[in-house]
Amino acid sequence: MAAVNPAIHDTHHDGHAGHDDKPHGFLHRWLFTTNHKDIGTLYLVFSLTMFFIGGSFAMLIRAELFQPGLQLLQPETFNELTTMHALIMIFGAIMPAFVGLGNWMIPMQIGAPDMALPRMNNWSFWILPFAFLLLIGEIFMPGGGPQGGWTMYPPLSLEGGFNVAFMIFAIHLMGISSIMGAINIIATILNMRAPGMDLLKMPVFVWSWLITAFLLIAVMPVLAGAVTMLLTDKYFGTSFFHAAGGGDPVMYQHIFWFFGHPEVYIMILPAFGIISEIIPTFSRKPIFGYQAMVYAIASIAFLSFIVWAHHMFTVGMPLGGELFFMYATMLIAIPTGVKVFNWLSTMWQGSLTFETPMLFAIAFVILFTIGGFSGVMCAIVPADYQYQDTYFVVAHFHYVLVTGAAFAIMAAAYYWLPKWSGNMYSEKWGKIHFWSSTISVNVLFFPQHFVGLAGMPRRIPDYNVAFADFNMISSIGGFWFGASQLIFVGVIIHCVYFSRQRATAQVWEGAHGLEWTVPSPAPFHTFSTPPVITNDMLAHGDVSH
Amino acid sequence: MISFGMGGARRAVAVVAVFALLASGAAMAGAQPWQLNMPPGVTSISQRIHGVHMLALWICVFIGVIVYGAMIYAMFKFRKSRGAVAAKWSHNTMLEAIWTTIPILILIAMAWPATKLLIDMANVENSEMTIKVTGYQWKWRYEYVDYFGKATPVNFISTLDEQSNRVRQTGSGLDPHSVKEGNENVYLLNVDKPLVLPVGVKVRFVITADDVIHSWWVPELGWKQDAIPGIINDNWTRIDTAGTYRGQCAELCGRDHGFMPIVVKAIPKAEFEQWLATQQAASSASKTAQAAPAAALPATQG
Repeated sequence: MAAVNPAIHDTHHDGHAGHDDKPHGFLHRWLFTTNHKDIGTLYLVFSLTMFFIGGSFAMLIRAELFQPGLQLLQPETFNELTTMHALIMIFGAIMPAFVGLGNWMIPMQIGAPDMALPRMNNWSFWILPFAFLLLIGEIFMPGGGPQGGWTMYPPLSLEGGFNVAFMIFAIHLMGISSIMGAINIIATILNMRAPGMDLLKMPVFVWSWLITAFLLIAVMPVLAGAVTMLLTDKYFGTSFFHAAGGGDPVMYQHIFWFFGHPEVYIMILPAFGIISEIIPTFSRKPIFGYQAMVYAIASIAFLSFIVWAHHMFTVGMPLGGELFFMYATMLIAIPTGVKVFNWLSTMWQGSLTFETPMLFAIAFVILFTIGGFSGVMCAIVPADYQYQDTYFVVAHFHYVLVTGAAFAIMAAAYYWLPKWSGNMYSEKWGKIHFWSSTISVNVLFFPQHFVGLAGMPRRIPDYNVAFADFNMISSIGGFWFGASQLIFVGVIIHCVYFSRQRATAQVWEGAHGLEWTVPSPAPFHTFSTPPVITNDMLAHGDVSH
Repeated sequence: MISFGMGGARRAVAVVAVFALLASGAAMAGAQPWQLNMPPGVTSISQRIHGVHMLALWICVFIGVIVYGAMIYAMFKFRKSRGAVAAKWSHNTMLEAIWTTIPILILIAMAWPATKLLIDMANVENSEMTIKVTGYQWKWRYEYVDYFGKATPVNFISTLDEQSNRVRQTGSGLDPHSVKEGNENVYLLNVDKPLVLPVGVKVRFVITADDVIHSWWVPELGWKQDAIPGIINDNWTRIDTAGTYRGQCAELCGRDHGFMPIVVKAIPKAEFEQWLATQQAASSASKTAQAAPAAALPATQG
């Protein structure tokens, strides 16, 4: 194992030299890796794989909903698909993608040689394939996979067979992986910054991950507790949530959403960080209100702990509770608004170019804001008595998670791919991917606002003919969006293996930050000796604001 | 500050109500093809809910026009290809203070009418009749607990109508468009026995479930309320217009979650009282009829 110890290697290598000493052999390189870049790559490849598995479930869902009547699926299979789609996309695609980006970029952005805890980093990743093998494997077990929705509300979720235990075990593993990843990120950021990289000079992406990591540590154990109580209710005769035994099904929802709402921000705060890197680069202008951006992320993180019950406005809470959660939820609009206004001001009087990362970042700001608007509407309790559990909510959270989180991940992939691979991706095909995705995702999700308002509940496999037209449009958008993602894979494969256009160290004209001071592709070991940092190397070197 | 918010809200609600009347025409029974918006509904509460919804929607549209307009302007005006040179500024305390404060005022303008409405929705006092709704996988039981203070024995199960049920089977090959009642397509939105309610009477609902969580929702009444085992929730309605109003279970409750519709048939009070009397007579008749086999049961088992 000493052979792959980066600490030993670093003493022999100049990280900037470019001739890498990667371990030989597939297992040594990838299974035993402790290198933050390789682990970052593993996370990203894993997440892309899960994105396609979860996406193929979405395709089946949209195929069944293409027209009224049940043509393809049994209702229980439909419920299985919606449940698995959500679990895979949230825990398999979005979260690991951000962890992968964090692994790759955080050490390079703060001038650290690697993550603080490289072996734990390896373990954090390698738990995940097994967790998802357990989760997805349930589909092939007698009785099939879980059908009670990703929220796993009892008593319904306890009606499942074997799958309950497997799902809970899989979630425990994902939770362990996330908690270890979060500890690693906090330890890295707080201990391993190069001299001169003060906290308030760090890139916003690093800040967003630092705050996200605290959220993860705070709430993943809560999820673990909630699902463990489900487990004991199912197999060990407890009655935490059994009304017949004196338990309370609503208590589960409170515990779940105490995890679940911060979880929503775990999936969006790193996206805010990414967008805050990309917009200044392609505006050739420093980010507007750096400190306000950091404080806005911190306030959103704080508020995420006191708004959970807005997912439960129709469970029959007391009036005072509903009012409190309505007001607290509406408050989130303020720091979120600050972020949107600051991104806009960053572009204002800049010198804009529109490479693919910038296009995705701008689409993020516009479309995430649509999800923000519908979020404010959902906060208004009386109106939510209508919206709750309809396609309006489905449209809302897909605008936030697909055109929000997933678009930010794609923007980041295009932005940093030249740094990772040393090659430029095809700008033409990147733009085709962008326009195809952006148009189709709106064809997919915008009509869902209409059917939701008109009265279509979510999680139903079949519907009245009044909802048929918009559902067909939505399905066409869905197939189109799904197919568009094949272009994404094509662009990545072409860039990594076939592109002849070499990337410079700087890559983007307007880019600032330590990751752009190392060659492209980034050498296997970077910053083995801490860099000497001058303020003009940094995007936020000027701390006066 | 607050009075400004209220006035603005009232005006907006009034404007919206006019639009809604123009758009909807006669009271609609269920969703229409290409329907874009929430129905204003048939109770004062549902219309006020529609009002706060439209207020929030127009505020979002207004902010959206400003933000997106500025963004599109920036994208055209500050292009490098048009020779734009990047400025150096990166903060402006006054601007930041303004765009933190104005949203607070806008939020208060939205929260104020919503709070008043919520307080009214929570007030189930002075109700004139009580309906107990119990959710089961996958049907609803309605019990007419009392009517103007008098207890009634009327109660029945309401399930998906047979025609919808035949058509909805996977691979049935039957056309959902053929499931009609009059001119209206009622596929998956029709039941064997609707919940019959009187017009103009304040009805208190007590809602619970027997197995898993369900949610009782009729969009035209303006709200949904979760039906939870072990818990009794309440809510109320007073329907202004006679008609048939359709809804569905809104909380995932297992395999046939999509197939447990709700139909409320609102009829004039006098007609309702007649209906209730008939039901009461029928229910006492069926009780005496049931008594004999029930008594015989232990014997056959023994």
